[in-house]
Amino acid sequence: MEIGLAHYLTVSAILLTLGIFGIFLNRKNVIVILMSIELMLLAVNINLVAFSAYLGNLVGQVFALFILTVAAGEAAIGLAILVVYFRNRGTIAVEDIHHMKG
Amino acid sequence: MIISTIAFYLFAAMTIASAFMVISAKNPVHSVLYLILAFFNSAALFVLLGAEFIAMILVVVYVGAVAVLFLFVVMMLDINFAELRQGFLQYLPIGGLIGVILLIELILVVSGWALSPEAIQVGSQVAPVVSDLTNTEQLGHVIYTDYAYLFQIAGMILLVAMIGAIVLTNRSRPGVRKQNIARQVYRRPEESMAVRKVEPGQGV
Repeated sequence: MEIGLAHYLTVSAILLTLGIFGIFLNRKNVIVILMSIELMLLAVNINLVAFSAYLGNLVGQVFALFILTVAAGEAAIGLAILVVYFRNRGTIAVEDIHHMKG
Repeated sequence: MIISTIAFYLFAAMTIASAFMVISAKNPVHSVLYLILAFFNSAALFVLLGAEFIAMILVVVYVGAVAVLFLFVVMMLDINFAELRQGFLQYLPIGGLIGVILLIELILVVSGWALSPEAIQVGSQVAPVVSDLTNTEQLGHVIYTDYAYLFQIAGMILLVAMIGAIVLTNRSRPGVRKQNIARQVYRRPEESMAVRKVEPGQGV
């Protein structure tokens, strides 16, 4: 059986759903929420690269590269904020993270 | 052909299984390790698609930088993870409901979707895949010509992220002894040495 575009799109859809599900499941744990965001970005990348390969068009891979850049920066900033938050409050519970505003 | 089909199903199943373990593992260290496994398997999927450069960059950036950063933070912070998991089952029904609805919607979209042949014609004219070059060379030809500005903006984003992370986590702690090179260089013999006359039989 030939592996087509729909196969890759299904894998990417399942990955994205797992990412969103992870955000709901681990409401209190910011680290797992950040990891779920990484999973969702990975799903987007699979989507872009699959379309790029099946349409014979390189732009999808270029944009996958830029998404990778943004994901790396986002993870670095998010974890830095998390470290500062933990240093100030001694916990990473998301319930009282609204203290950060203002 | 049959080998690539088997490889696709193997890597896809491993990716999805490890992604599920990321969100359901009890220990966040295990979550990070499963995240690394998911990244490796999706890099293999990219190799199957013929995007070798993205696959290698995925391994280098995600496994080498992002996942290790996660591992570092998880192990550095002293967090009571059992306490954080208390509402786990409470959010399971609503999260599962939303997830299932979203998955059904996405699968409906994927299965009921068609591509007109003209779209392929138009799309492949923008940056066509040239068969006599490797994937990395083709990407280089496209990135450094058509997308040069975007490439520079990506570099700026990384710079801003780096500066932001350093500014956020850097702190000056009092009571830490540091080397002050300027003071060492400007030291004079007069202010750091003194001749004392020591009486015999007594200390300084």
